[in-house]
Amino acid sequence: MIGGLFIYNHKGEVLISRVYRDDIGYVSMEQSFGWKMRNAVDAFRVNVIHARQQVRSPVTNIARTSFFHVKRSNIWLAAVTKQNVNAAMVFEFLYKMCDVMTAYFGKISEENIKNNFVLIYELLDEILDFGYPQNSETGALKTFITQQGIKGQTKEEQSQITSQVTGQIGWRREGIKYRRNELFLDVLESVNLLMSPQGQVLSAHVSGRVVMKSYLSGMPECKFGMNDKIVIDKQGKGAASDDAGKSGKQSIAIDDCTFHQCVRLSKFDSERSISFIPPDGEYELMRYRTTKDIILPFRVIPLVREVGRTKLEVKVVIKSNFKPSLLAQKIEVRIPTPLNTSGVQVICMKGKAKYKASENAIVWKIKRMAGMKESQISAEIELLPTNDKKKWARPPISMNFEVPFAPSGLKVRYLKVFESKLNYSDHDVIKWVRYIGRSGIYETRC
Amino acid sequence: MTDSKYFTTTKKGEIFELKAELNSDKKEKKKEAVKKVIASMTVGKDVSALFPDVVNCMQTDNLELKKLVYLYLMNYAKSQPDMAIMAVNTFVKDCEDPNPLIRALAVRTMGCIRVDKITEYLCEPLRKCLKDEDPYVRKTAAVCVAKLHDINAQLVEDQGFLDTLKDLISDSNPMVVANAVAALSEIAESHPNSNLLDLNPQTINKLLTALNECTEWGQIFILDCLANYTPRDDRESQSICERVTPRLSHANSAVVLSAVKVLMKFMEMLPKDLDYYGTLLKKLAPPLVTLLSAEPELQYVALRNINLIVQRRPEILKHEMKVFFVKYNDPIYVKLEKLDIMIRLASQANIAQVLAELKEYATEVDVDFVRKAVRAIGRCAIKVEQSAERCVSTLLDLIQTKVNYVVQEAIVVIKDIFRKYPNKYESVIATLCENLDSLDEPEARAAMIWIVGEYAERIDNADELLESFLEGFHDESTQVQLQLLTAIVKLFLKKPTETQELVQQVLSLATQDSDNPDLRDRGYIYWRLLSTDPVAAKEVVLAEKPLISEETDLIEPTLLEELICHIGTLASVYHKPPSAFVEGSRGVQHKRLPGSAGSGESVESPDTGSAAGVSEAPPAVIPSQGDLLEDLLNLDLTPPTTTGPPPPASSGMQMGAMDLLGGGLDSLMGDESEPPPIPLRTDTPQSPQLPHQSPSPPDYSPTEVGPGDHAGLVKLGGDLGGGPAMGTGFGAPPAAMPASFNVPVSGGLDDLFDLGGGVGMPMGVFNPPKTVWLPAMKAKGLEISGTFVRRAGVIQMEMTLTNKAMSVMTDFAIQFNRNSFGLAPAGPLQVLTPLSPNQSIEAALPLSTVGPVMKMEPLNNLQVAVKNNIDVFYFSCQYPISMLFAEDGKMERQVFLATWKDIPNDNESQFQIKDCHLNSDAASNKLQGSNIFTIAKRTVEGQDMLYQSMKLTNGIWVLAELRVQAGNPNYTISLKCRAPEVSQCVFQNYEMVLKN
Repeated sequence: MIGGLFIYNHKGEVLISRVYRDDIGYVSMEQSFGWKMRNAVDAFRVNVIHARQQVRSPVTNIARTSFFHVKRSNIWLAAVTKQNVNAAMVFEFLYKMCDVMTAYFGKISEENIKNNFVLIYELLDEILDFGYPQNSETGALKTFITQQGIKGQTKEEQSQITSQVTGQIGWRREGIKYRRNELFLDVLESVNLLMSPQGQVLSAHVSGRVVMKSYLSGMPECKFGMNDKIVIDKQGKGAASDDAGKSGKQSIAIDDCTFHQCVRLSKFDSERSISFIPPDGEYELMRYRTTKDIILPFRVIPLVREVGRTKLEVKVVIKSNFKPSLLAQKIEVRIPTPLNTSGVQVICMKGKAKYKASENAIVWKIKRMAGMKESQISAEIELLPTNDKKKWARPPISMNFEVPFAPSGLKVRYLKVFESKLNYSDHDVIKWVRYIGRSGIYETRC
Repeated sequence: MTDSKYFTTTKKGEIFELKAELNSDKKEKKKEAVKKVIASMTVGKDVSALFPDVVNCMQTDNLELKKLVYLYLMNYAKSQPDMAIMAVNTFVKDCEDPNPLIRALAVRTMGCIRVDKITEYLCEPLRKCLKDEDPYVRKTAAVCVAKLHDINAQLVEDQGFLDTLKDLISDSNPMVVANAVAALSEIAESHPNSNLLDLNPQTINKLLTALNECTEWGQIFILDCLANYTPRDDRESQSICERVTPRLSHANSAVVLSAVKVLMKFMEMLPKDLDYYGTLLKKLAPPLVTLLSAEPELQYVALRNINLIVQRRPEILKHEMKVFFVKYNDPIYVKLEKLDIMIRLASQANIAQVLAELKEYATEVDVDFVRKAVRAIGRCAIKVEQSAERCVSTLLDLIQTKVNYVVQEAIVVIKDIFRKYPNKYESVIATLCENLDSLDEPEARAAMIWIVGEYAERIDNADELLESFLEGFHDESTQVQLQLLTAIVKLFLKKPTETQELVQQVLSLATQDSDNPDLRDRGYIYWRLLSTDPVAAKEVVLAEKPLISEETDLIEPTLLEELICHIGTLASVYHKPPSAFVEGSRGVQHKRLPGSAGSGESVESPDTGSAAGVSEAPPAVIPSQGDLLEDLLNLDLTPPTTTGPPPPASSGMQMGAMDLLGGGLDSLMGDESEPPPIPLRTDTPQSPQLPHQSPSPPDYSPTEVGPGDHAGLVKLGGDLGGGPAMGTGFGAPPAAMPASFNVPVSGGLDDLFDLGGGVGMPMGVFNPPKTVWLPAMKAKGLEISGTFVRRAGVIQMEMTLTNKAMSVMTDFAIQFNRNSFGLAPAGPLQVLTPLSPNQSIEAALPLSTVGPVMKMEPLNNLQVAVKNNIDVFYFSCQYPISMLFAEDGKMERQVFLATWKDIPNDNESQFQIKDCHLNSDAASNKLQGSNIFTIAKRTVEGQDMLYQSMKLTNGIWVLAELRVQAGNPNYTISLKCRAPEVSQCVFQNYEMVLKN
């Protein structure tokens, strides 16, 4: 298991060091614990942080000791071990560690770490025992790791803490009360596309997340429903045939999804229903991937003509492909230009376009654009004559945007809340749903 | 309040000041002081001098302060063991505290203090905490047992903590269960043979229940533990798989990977024709793809594991090529791994896409990545034949870019393409030659030289090109020098008239001016070859090269199986077994996949359908049941009871080899005693091709195997007993070569040169001594003892017939019953003279293997009828199965790998060979005498693994893995064969050969 955990600043100075196992130091003349630990600390600094080359692997083996590291801004977190540990677990733990620290004191920076080092030690003592990760849900940790100490707790309170930390629902504490029971669901999708110049889709997929902010009292039992094809088809069998046909049209095929640990996976596996007791506040309920029937919000039609050896004519049309009532925002089209470009003249119907020599591209920005519209840009690119035989590779035209719907077609059908002990019902909960589709890697070859 | 100020104190009297503050009455001041101490500790200052003062602060009801003091204690207790005792009382007291958080804290910290004296005091509180009413305390105590075990294993056993820990597996709280499992797993690792983690269906059920309820980390502990379990049958295996699959949707990648590990392992046991098997395969792909959208570090771990999974079960991800396409912003380590997997998944269906991608990558910035991409294009060409042409043209395009490292890499891969598709793409040689000057890396230079040498007859100015390399011969790396030497010799053999000078130049450069033994050896060998027998030289040097295999960089099957059992762990990231990077006893156990049950594959058996059809067996030969039994009891393998003439156990081959060895050694020793460092001999063989009197190579024993010439083709045997050609090459006059030598080593040098490193020449065939087959009292005075030998591919039955009766015996004849491998006399039994009383006669009966077939029990049983003028007698004997091992039983490495993988696991059988005191090389030599060929050798942790193959006369291949541990007389042998029935016989044969 994890033998030790170190946090370094960008210079390689140790900010936090916590050793869980003796074995991680090197054999040294001096058997003092501190001395051994420092050897491991130094080995990482010399071999990774101060290494001349770019980091070639997130796992480094130095003298039979393995170092796992992740970097957050200019802070290095390193876990050290001499055993055959579960590598995936170590990285998951390091990410979790970052989440916990962020939840406690905000951004992970040298200053914040120094300001909170006692807290960090306390957290490390709790979430990692002998190198084994323990409950690391912020919701639970915050009940008993505070910087105020835990004086004056009653016996009930104490046992409530321990049962929560060790219990089945480690991510939520009991006795949460809100005057207004409210929840927000964000369906955040990023749509990725690679299209040929002829408009043929080479590859397209959507990776989406459902993020939930819950402000609910008690221990509410929630059930989340979406237009998952498998579920709809199953229900469709029982319902009238025309109804099934109608709903089947709107359902989507999900390639794969993963869930926050609060979701009962065995239930999802058997019934495909998503039921859970949510953590308090913001968290990611699920992630999913789809590849079928994706709504591509924009189509890019490029036309590049080489006029002689010193001139290129480029015309790009973009067409928006969604309901006219919706508005896409933050649209940016990036048209690459050859390295030997000497000058560019651009005319665009909408928005602003500029040639950015440092980026070798024409960047065309449009603030807003409604559905079912089209816009066009034409540019004349003057080239310096070169004797370079190598042809210009014509990198793809890429695009960025944000649209207020889910390109995968995912729809939230319901989110039911049941809390039997407290006197509020599903109807009393105020629910908000929002869909945001963003461009991932959205490229058209030209 | 900010704590960062504590980091800045650097005053001189700091320790003194801190001491005062620690002893202050004010709580706040105390706490501040302890914080300063911890800060100093963190940055590496030695604050151990403050030990007593800090410990004094321990007794406080302020939990925060207490935690800080504990932290200090954990760091310094070991350097101040006596003082640490001071803290014991507080710990013991805290373990009784009404607040469970404090009880847990105390027991947690105490376990971290690695001082023997303290551990003694720890036992009682720990015992209480293990049974604490609060689950939080119990889960902490469970881990504490593992801590204590690390300090003092004996103590933990004596105190019975292990049993308590086992009980915790049935605890009502899932987290307690998870921690107990983690602790037990760790302890079990250091006791490989203990039955500590007694996994049975009941405990497995408990674990599976806890799996649904515990934290993400707990799920990982439990899944990793489950992976060590071997289900009893496929049904149990399936039910566990069913309960584990929901984990594949967990957001935590480690949970997903550990679940994949369990499924991959248990899947081995499921019959392939089961519907569920197919469902499971389908379920595995999406979560693996999803792992690629995790953070880059996890992607890296996932990709390393996918690399293993793809090798073991390529069908899972065969349609998912696109997700492995490299993204512009991927970190370099992710890019490199993705590339690897792309090549593994490349097939005819997706090759166009893959090539387009690879071509893109070849224009990127990172040198390593670009190189790998270029190399990948070459590998695609080799793997997918239809794409070869496009790959070559892509490579040529890349060469046109003139980017130095791209050109060099392209040339290296084009060399491989030439090997794979000879006589197809040689038209590009001209383009390659244009880039000769830009090559500055040894590998590329060597590849180019190889190409020039190999195709010397088509390159008009090959001699000029090679000559240009020769100018700086001594500045080249060994790799290039060796290649240059070989290339020029090839050139000479192809165009002897124009290149004599060149070849002499290179030979003298290699033999006289070089200090490198490899180079010198190869030089001398060529020299001798050319001067003694140019025709043989041509056969050797210009021999047809074996085809190279499609798949490269495959992980060995046994290692792959082990790594599959370690999915998710560091071992799977490094692609090394844990023993390679973990010290001590931990992780030394080698894990293996379970064998599958009832797989639907058909199994070939030696008694093919023809056996039933042949009914006209000689009826006379079937002995009565009683006779047979008695005969069996008397049977073979025991030392001969009668002494005939000395058994011709050592064949000509063996004698020859021994002669040679002896001679070689003698002359070597003679040489060493002579004063000049490289003694010259005067009996230079006549060299018709080399008119000048050349300084003759000294009698010299090649000690080390040189790096392979053309991609590992020409490798030298390890010692002087290397074979006839070498014998002649080193001073022994050709006439002295034993005549019998020519035959057994068929194809002479080819075979010799093919031998892998470290594998010496066979020491000779082992033939079992004669045993009495037919005692005189049962055959009216005729006694027959005999044995089987295989010489030069001919099986002979050698018999001594003794007449112990009073009358003369004549008219001998022999017949066989149908038998497993169709052995039959190839001619009549030649006993020409009548056998007078008390006379013995030797008879050799050549056997063929084309007789009628019937499966016998045991398999190698042979029933024989011998007739003479008195009567017909029956006996049965067993022949060593090695008689049936064909001379061409050496499998190609890649074929071996593929076959090994291909044969289902339940065809594998494992045996122990006890009390064998040979080292692996000697064993390999011995076995080779019996046509058991060593294909590869691998050494892991002092254990040598020999991979061997043999082929039976009826075309059945047997693959073997022989494990030899230095110092351990017991060998382990695993045999894999499509006809598993023969395994037992083969094993017996191994035992017999190795022990004699």
